[in-house]
Amino acid sequence: MRSMLNLYLLVPLAPLAGALLAGLCGKLIGRRGAHVVTILGVAISLLASLVVFQDVRAGNTFDGALYTWATSGGLRFEVGFLIDSLTSTMMLVVTSVSLMVHIYTIGYMAEDPGYQRFFSYISLFTFSMLMLVMSNNFLQLFFGWEAVGLVSYLLIGFWYTRPTAIYANLKAFLVNRVGDFGFLLGIGLIAAFAGTLNYGEVFARAPDLVDLVVPATGWPLMTAVCICLFIGAMGKSAQVPLHVWLPDSMEGPTPISALIHAATMVTAGIFMVSRMSPLFELSDAALSFVLVIGATTALFMGFLGIVQNDIKRVVAYSTLSQLGYMTVALGVSAYSAAVFHLMTHAFFKALLFLAAGSVIIGMHHDQDMRNMGGLRKYMPVTWITSLLGSLALIGMPFFAGFYSKDAIIEAVRHSQLPGAGYAAFCVLAGVFVTAFYSFRMYFLVFHGEERFGHGAHGHTAHAGHADEDHGADDAHSHGLAPGQKPHESPWVVTLPLVLLAIPSVVIGFFTIEPMLLGDWFAGVISVAEHHDSLAELRETFHGALGMAVHGLMTLPFWLAIGGVLTAWVFYLKLPHLPARIEAHLMPVRRLLDNKYYFDRFNEIVFAGGARLLGRGLWKGGDQMLIDGVLVNGSARAVGWISRLSRGVQSGLIYQYAFWIIIGVVLLLGLWWPILREGALAR
Amino acid sequence: MTIPFLSLSIWIPIFGGLLTLCASKERQANLARVLGLLFAIAGFLVTIPLYTGFDTGSSAMQFVEFRQWIVYFNAHYSLGVDGISMPFVILNSFITVIVILACWEVVQVKVAQYIAAFLIMSGLMNGIFSAQDGLLFYVFFEASLIPLYLAIGIWGGPNRVYAALKFFLYTLLGSLLMLVAFIYLYLESRGSFELADWHALRLGLQSQSWIFWAFLASFAVKVPMWPVHTWLPDAHVEAPTGGSVVLAAIALKLGAYGFLRFSLPIAPDASQYFAPLMIALSLIAVIYIGFVAIVQADMKKLVAYSSISHMGFVTLGFFMFNPLGVEGALVQMISHGFVSAAMFLCIGVLYDRMHSRQIADYGGVVNVMPRFAALYMLFAMANAGLPATSGFVGEFMVILGAVQFNFWVGFAAATTLILGASYTLWMYKRVIFGAITNPHVAELQDINGRETLFLVVLALCVLGMGIYPFPVTEVMHASVADLLAHVAAGKL
Repeated sequence: MRSMLNLYLLVPLAPLAGALLAGLCGKLIGRRGAHVVTILGVAISLLASLVVFQDVRAGNTFDGALYTWATSGGLRFEVGFLIDSLTSTMMLVVTSVSLMVHIYTIGYMAEDPGYQRFFSYISLFTFSMLMLVMSNNFLQLFFGWEAVGLVSYLLIGFWYTRPTAIYANLKAFLVNRVGDFGFLLGIGLIAAFAGTLNYGEVFARAPDLVDLVVPATGWPLMTAVCICLFIGAMGKSAQVPLHVWLPDSMEGPTPISALIHAATMVTAGIFMVSRMSPLFELSDAALSFVLVIGATTALFMGFLGIVQNDIKRVVAYSTLSQLGYMTVALGVSAYSAAVFHLMTHAFFKALLFLAAGSVIIGMHHDQDMRNMGGLRKYMPVTWITSLLGSLALIGMPFFAGFYSKDAIIEAVRHSQLPGAGYAAFCVLAGVFVTAFYSFRMYFLVFHGEERFGHGAHGHTAHAGHADEDHGADDAHSHGLAPGQKPHESPWVVTLPLVLLAIPSVVIGFFTIEPMLLGDWFAGVISVAEHHDSLAELRETFHGALGMAVHGLMTLPFWLAIGGVLTAWVFYLKLPHLPARIEAHLMPVRRLLDNKYYFDRFNEIVFAGGARLLGRGLWKGGDQMLIDGVLVNGSARAVGWISRLSRGVQSGLIYQYAFWIIIGVVLLLGLWWPILREGALAR
Repeated sequence: MTIPFLSLSIWIPIFGGLLTLCASKERQANLARVLGLLFAIAGFLVTIPLYTGFDTGSSAMQFVEFRQWIVYFNAHYSLGVDGISMPFVILNSFITVIVILACWEVVQVKVAQYIAAFLIMSGLMNGIFSAQDGLLFYVFFEASLIPLYLAIGIWGGPNRVYAALKFFLYTLLGSLLMLVAFIYLYLESRGSFELADWHALRLGLQSQSWIFWAFLASFAVKVPMWPVHTWLPDAHVEAPTGGSVVLAAIALKLGAYGFLRFSLPIAPDASQYFAPLMIALSLIAVIYIGFVAIVQADMKKLVAYSSISHMGFVTLGFFMFNPLGVEGALVQMISHGFVSAAMFLCIGVLYDRMHSRQIADYGGVVNVMPRFAALYMLFAMANAGLPATSGFVGEFMVILGAVQFNFWVGFAAATTLILGASYTLWMYKRVIFGAITNPHVAELQDINGRETLFLVVLALCVLGMGIYPFPVTEVMHASVADLLAHVAAGKL
């Protein structure tokens, strides 16, 4: 047992050590040293995770504290690990994607002056994410939750001289804080009513808390808890309306877009809700809320992917939409399907992002797809891996994404919750949209006419963020010179692509049976009987091969094919068609271009409103009322009274005499009745 | 014979301060600095046994000293600390070392007097935290105003006289009402200034209320609570860096400490009666001041407002009367000591180089001061309450306590998550990130060894307390439990 605990500790601490070495002694160990120590750290972590995974498969789990963080008011705050099937799956996903991204970074950041700092950050991220998934209590969960947010903040703003980057990172942090606000309240309710923050104890007590009501609000306790927790997930996993930070986070270097903003951090919310399944199962209202939010994100963020021209932003909106799919799965209690899709998505989305990064390197940091085309000739590895990733994303039968997405769609169809009909429509329509924007990107980048090297790059590419400074460490606004051709990336870049392409194709085929339909998550994820939306799938399932063959005859497959064909017609066959259609649909186009006006709304109402309120309270409250009237007012009152009393002390004898006379008269007047009474008595 | 550590912690700095004054000639400035530092370190070292020798199981006063003082008034030189006050004696002595280190090359006029003022203040503050006699407390409490008044008035900025006077009058007015309450208690308890006697003294709700308000007048100004807070931003803006550090890290804690040591135990029923009012004022401080902080253009004012907002958390924690709230508030006080000190020192580092506190004058500092930017980032995150920094611990505990108390109070308190991040990180972004626009910024030198030293020491404190706050919370339990039981029992 002791040795296993040390192994668990090694998993997060090895990347932490790498991060500290690269961060604090970056100058000393140099660029080479930095990537060696961090990659070593993450590789050790991956190996240890593999051992842990095997150990969990053998039936050994762990739930225990490492140390007591603090105690107060009968609560014990601890830092500890819970190692079970869900944790070990997440550990593998996180460490393996992280390792790929580490290797890839050697190539991608090769010329960046912040090389060591970058490696330090991504290793620190790996540490934080591992602490998050390995936690056995809400405190540590919140620690990891905020720590990954911090690293995300640091990495989005990695190129800190760019105004757009430092705007995006502040926005990301603040929007996530809105989510954390709800998350913390949820934790507060749990602490108040369950009297503990340990998962196991909370889950054990949860059934007794179902009938309670939150005092002073009248809300059913479990619904309040779950919705509060889910608001946290909405921030981290970018669900409408807290999704606004994720597209802007593409300002960060591409490797972190793959690692943090696609594969791991943004799935923390999905992981968290799956972990909390014993709580969410107790509230239908909360599940419906989750379902509707997820379905809305899945479809409407997909639409936005269609109108993007920046290659990274297409992938970003696709991530939003896929996160919506996972959230829908959570809403219909298909937690294992959500985690399954989380895993397959982590691989193919990391692949797509890294491939996009490879394209960006090949294009000399031009990200505008309108300047690409026909790249398959020049970048064969990137091309093939991108195609595989895209097929996985749109859910082609046999590919990883097919199994996970089909399971979600099946689960939604069998759900009885309010909102399931809407969700079923959204996820089905989403299949078409996904296929359309994915292959729009694929055709624009890799096929068709070669549009690069015309010298018009750079300006159109950055219409959204014009006038960036071209600082020395700004590896961004370049592009191919006229006549220059793109080139395939070095092996440190293409190797991770190939290594990620393999699971993107096969992992669904091999893992669907144990993960989704078997008992891998038994005892970890709990589903109430009347919520079991995967039951149907479990009954009709006859092997992964059969499922894929059957998939060829279902509606989602034809929707996907339709999407691909439409993209083919629009962007290869009849490239002038899209513009003509747009001309007829101007209002829609404007709505999509403005991303449904979420950003404008937030900018005016929240950011502007807060500043206005702050200025009003400051000028009107502090300066005018408190200082002006009360503080300086009382000083003035003292001055006024002293002026009055000074006036009385004039030094003029006749005035004094006058006051004396008045005083005597007054006194006599007051005392007269008493004096008279006395006289009478005598 | 036991060593009187509390007396040492009071009188070593005061004696050191007086001795430093002897080196007040201009050419003796270095001597004054070294002397000051030595005495500050000595003053800090004698407080360490207070922690190591502390009995965490007991709620009674420890390290007690008791001597005749003014026989005529039956006043005693009575000292002692419990789990509530002990951490502050250590914090105060520690911060003094940092303050002396921070002024090293920065203060060039009247060096000896500057150092002496801060050493003497340190001793007086320790006196406040350990006095167990009302009159002794009052003497220390009032005397501590003088060095800070002088620090602002002599080494302060251009508008220092207005600020110093505002600070002095504001706080003095409050303390005079406290003195009246003390005299009343002295008479009621038949001629005793012992705090223990006052705690046990039976009082009706009416007289408790009068006492509560008299104390409130004094302590609310010190904390400062809304709406008697407007002296603080002015005082901070004009104060020299050291003055701001001591003001934020220690002086503000005196008011909060006063609530725990005087208001709650002496007037428990009135405290409960007026708790809703106190909670409302605290929440106004958290939210209203949070919004005001967002729009500040002056870095020092911004951090000053952020201090008020953080202290709102402290008073909020106290008046919910649950252990999570009170202990969270105490942790918040200690953490705020580190974090606000560090924030003001960071602003001092920039001010020493640029002679401006305006956010608009900066931008892109990270390009020329990367080491400084990294440390400043840590403190900014601590100010925003990020987990694994000390700033998180207290906020977390108070919010948990607040949700337990009433969901809506917790809801209002938790807005600090958003507000705190907004004002701190927006300032950080505008000062540190971006491209250099002001040519003066381009010439900035990164922090030197001395500056790195004190910032790193504070960074370790902030991180250490964030990762393992157990040793801090552990010493408080017995005293806080005792206090809460006393309040719950009441006096009626």
